[in-house]
Amino acid sequence: MKDVKSQASRNPAPGKQGSLNAEIQSRIGHQLRAMYDDIVRQGVPERFADLIRKLDVPPNSPQLNNTGDQTTTNNDGRE
Amino acid sequence: MPLTDALRDDILASVPSLRAFAISLCGNSDRADDLVQETLLRALANIDSFQPGSNLPAWLFTILRNLFRSDYRKRRREVEDAEGNYAKTLKTQPAQGAHLEFQEFRAALDKLPQDQREALILVGASGFSYEDAAGICGCAVGTIKSRVNRARSKLAALLYVDGAEDFGPDETVRAVIGSNG
Repeated sequence: MKDVKSQASRNPAPGKQGSLNAEIQSRIGHQLRAMYDDIVRQGVPERFADLIRKLDVPPNSPQLNNTGDQTTTNNDGRE
Repeated sequence: MPLTDALRDDILASVPSLRAFAISLCGNSDRADDLVQETLLRALANIDSFQPGSNLPAWLFTILRNLFRSDYRKRRREVEDAEGNYAKTLKTQPAQGAHLEFQEFRAALDKLPQDQREALILVGASGFSYEDAAGICGCAVGTIKSRVNRARSKLAALLYVDGAEDFGPDETVRAVIGSNG
C-alpha cells in the first residue's frame, strides 16, 4: 500500500538526481553484500558438518551418536 | 540422484550461503540455523528428486525458502521482534560507527515486505540470476525484477532520503537508549 510513494520515487528526473540515486544504490548493494558475506565467512558450523557426515553412514550402523567430539557448544536454552 | 561424496561436498559447500540467506530472512541466528538444519534434512531425504547437473544451490535455497514461508506464517510475531538479535550473529564486531550504520541497514531491510526482501537478497547478495531467483520464489522473472527494484527504492528512501537528518550521532544514541525502555 505504501508502494504508491515508492512508485513515485522510482522515476527520478534524469541528471543530478539520477546520479545521486546511482550512488545510493551502489551503497545499498555494498551494505547488503557486506552483511551477507560476513555470515558466509563464518563457514560451516560443526553442527552441520556433523549432520551431513553422519548421514553418510549406513542407517543400520551403530555408534552414530558416539562421536564425542562436539567442538561447537550449542547452548540453545530456548525450550 | 544418490548421495555421492561429491554431492555431499557440494551440499556442505552451500551451507555458508544457506545460513546467510536464512539469517537475512529471519534475522535471528538460532532460528536461522534451525531452518538450515531442516533444509538439509529435507534435501537429503529428497535427494532422489535432485536432477544431476542442475543448480544445487538454487534447489537448496528453494527448499529453505519454502520452509521459511510456512514457518513464518506460524511465527510472524517473533520474526518482528528478531531485529535486536542480529548483532549476535557476527563473529567479528565491526567498529562502532560502522556497527550502528549496519544496524540501521538491517532495521531498514526488516521493514521491507517479505517478497521484496527475499528477491533483493537472492539477486543482490546471493548472486543468483533473475531467472534462478524467479525459480526459487516460484514467480515470473519480471516479478522478481520489479520486487528488486521496489526493494531498492524503498531502502534508499528509508536510509538516505526520509531519514537523512536522523543520521547524526545524537539521534542514533537516542534511538539506542530508547530501545531499552
